[in-house]
Amino acid sequence: MNRIVGGAYAAVEAARSSSRPTALDYISNVFTSFIELHGDRRGGDDPSLVGGLALLDGCPVTVLAIEKGHTARQRQARNFGSVHPEGYRKALRLMRQAQKFARPVVCLVDTAGAGCGLADEQHGIGQAIAENLTELAGLSVPVISVIIGEGGSGGALGLALADQVWILEGAYYSVISPEGCAQILWKDPAKASEAAACLHLTARDALDLGVADRIIPETDFGKKPFYDSLREALSEEIQNLRKEPGLSDKRYARFRRF
Amino acid sequence: MALLHFLKPANALEAGGRDHLPVQSDAMEPELTCPECRRSTPVSRLQSRYMVCPCGYHFRMNARQRIRMAVDAGTFREAFADIVGNNPLAFPGYPEKLETARAASRENEAVICGTGKIGGHPCALFFMEPGFMMGSMGTAVGERITRTFELAYEKGLPVVGFTVSGGARMQEGLLSLMQMAKVSAAVRRHADAGLLYIAVLTDPTTGGVTASFAMEADITLAEPGATIGFAGKRIVEQTTGKRLPKGFQKAETVEEEGFIDRIVSRQQLKTTLVMLLAMHPAGGERT
Repeated sequence: MNRIVGGAYAAVEAARSSSRPTALDYISNVFTSFIELHGDRRGGDDPSLVGGLALLDGCPVTVLAIEKGHTARQRQARNFGSVHPEGYRKALRLMRQAQKFARPVVCLVDTAGAGCGLADEQHGIGQAIAENLTELAGLSVPVISVIIGEGGSGGALGLALADQVWILEGAYYSVISPEGCAQILWKDPAKASEAAACLHLTARDALDLGVADRIIPETDFGKKPFYDSLREALSEEIQNLRKEPGLSDKRYARFRRF
Repeated sequence: MALLHFLKPANALEAGGRDHLPVQSDAMEPELTCPECRRSTPVSRLQSRYMVCPCGYHFRMNARQRIRMAVDAGTFREAFADIVGNNPLAFPGYPEKLETARAASRENEAVICGTGKIGGHPCALFFMEPGFMMGSMGTAVGERITRTFELAYEKGLPVVGFTVSGGARMQEGLLSLMQMAKVSAAVRRHADAGLLYIAVLTDPTTGGVTASFAMEADITLAEPGATIGFAGKRIVEQTTGKRLPKGFQKAETVEEEGFIDRIVSRQQLKTTLVMLLAMHPAGGERT
């Protein structure tokens, strides 16, 4: 039992490690010709959400990625991957653009949770996530979301209402941080490891619950064969999804199960 | 005199976490003390004025009281009441919490759904219940609200929904998170059919409910003084590292910031709903 308890929380801690590849590592190794597109056209540009166009095996796609940064300085500049409303609205703009040009969308998710500062609330963080959810629900282009590290709550879901949700072997996906859960339930954030075990938040749990469709193994993690096989998997899945009519209806059915 | 006067809640969410207990006065009639103006008013008098203090403070209301307030008498038909939460992740202590919530609220889940008429206009309706685990959203709540939107979609009805929620129900883990996606997809489908959705945000509307269907309506109304936000106050305070400005996450502030269409007092609410519904002929685009 103790081992299992430690297991879930150890997974959370590992997923948070700054040595894991971040979204920009995936962007430069899985895709080619990435062109970053900035701004939400509402007055802001959020560096924690990197969006743009890229080629995946020669095919143009829209990439929406949460970037945490590696060094302390990068992490601070990226708000530790906690996306502001401006970031979700930039993603929204690029989703609409993808729809216009019939371009598949690939989301790379890595966040402890959405931004929770004063300005985030004042600029409508809840509304920004909500709008992305209804937008994603209606897209007729393929959407694949890959949780590459932390899948923290609504902040992650705002980029993960997808046809296919994949999760890295060492990533987690949860409704609340284990610390937050322990604080609310037991008034004791130190009980985070118990909370982590109760929350069923590991990649395996996400797969078992049907929340994730596929676990991406971390063999040769961060090396060329790892990125090559992820590229191949994404490319193949996008080809499959492109053949399917009524993607938004199927996406509806996918989430209707829960 | 009542000691309850001196029990100050740590924050607005906590203040909303339980019903204001009636205070027994000398006159034997139960009274409620307003946390704003400190005046005590007999409960019977408050009930006759939609639980609004003479100073304008809106006391918490449960879902059944709201149904009586908003829906034409005798027209409400409850639906989906057989959908109840269990303990899908075997979360420790959750069955006991559900039992306590059922006993305390006399409801079997944190939302009541159905159909009814408002000013003669047929509607699909949902009313979240604060007395049931602070209106938290697990699979049963998500399923009931999703079915309400599906029913409205099939019948070409508008949806009027009252939100009050602490957010996603963590005891159901990822399955609770998925309810945000499920309900949002149902809202989208209903919207694409040209049908109207009016949300009435009441105190408190937070977390995953704010980040999904509370903020997805065509017209978003809110009650005066309601706390409306995503993250909890304490978390924002910790992140920001300083005291939060006056009126933070209050409906009046959120309206100024541009995320609410109108703040409507309870005395004005039904009239407002009827006017809005009348301006959206039934069936919308599909007729």
